[in-house]
Amino acid sequence: MNQIMGGVIIGIAATIMLLFSGRVTGISGILGGLLNPKTQDKSWRLFFVVGLLFGGVTLKLLRPDFFTVISSASPMDYLIAGFLVGFGTLLGNGCTSGHGVCGISRLSPRSILATVTFISAGIISVILFKFIRGEL
Amino acid sequence: MNGLVALVSGFLFALGLGISGMTRPHIVRGFLDVFGSWDWRLIGVMGGAIGIHAITYRLILKRSSPILGPKFQLPTKKDIDMRLIIGSMLFGLGWGWAGICPGPGLVSVVSGNFSFLYFVGAMLVGMKMFQIFEQKFLNKKVRGIYE
Repeated sequence: MNQIMGGVIIGIAATIMLLFSGRVTGISGILGGLLNPKTQDKSWRLFFVVGLLFGGVTLKLLRPDFFTVISSASPMDYLIAGFLVGFGTLLGNGCTSGHGVCGISRLSPRSILATVTFISAGIISVILFKFIRGEL
Repeated sequence: MNGLVALVSGFLFALGLGISGMTRPHIVRGFLDVFGSWDWRLIGVMGGAIGIHAITYRLILKRSSPILGPKFQLPTKKDIDMRLIIGSMLFGLGWGWAGICPGPGLVSVVSGNFSFLYFVGAMLVGMKMFQIFEQKFLNKKVRGIYE
């Protein structure tokens, strides 16, 4: 596991998208666009998601341990969390990739504020999760 | 060609997420557990990604257009509004609860682990619900309340 190397590869992926297609690599936005019937430019979004899934298959074949889940969370926890993430990222116009990587790289004030907000909320969420389970 | 670019970018993005540990929820939750047993290692992911992209972004924007298109399509919104704050709060709460954000969730659905399937299924429902909500309440009529 190498965090900086993984981060550099993510930075290169975002660079390729910007240099060739002129677009921001925001995953929630790309996905939201696919779900919206009014979106005109669906094909590149679909290709990006296929690329992500293809990457997932490659990782699964080479390093299945990358997908180990060690958590006391129940299916209901994942359903609630997933819903909040889906609704919240579209309301806030971005997630860890769009705001956290691309936005901060552009020094966008909106993205910096969004990133501080979602990391803070994430810290609170972990505390709440542990508190409810008596792990605190 | 834009399709091929997106395919390659998505593929590399997935590899980066896996190598960095973002597809393992306990590592993500450990990173957010700053008041418990804090695992600070994921700082390296943001550092690496932003470090590279902050430089390449500036170099690329010296061009008048991207290689394959007529113009850059960067976000134009500048206003700090309640939408941004509340949306990011909801996202953060879900992110910390599961230890999964949209990219790693999508990459991991192919792993066959049901945790990711539940998460991504609900995430897509959440996105669709937002779009219905946005059309009903956020467009024009009551914009002032939210923005």
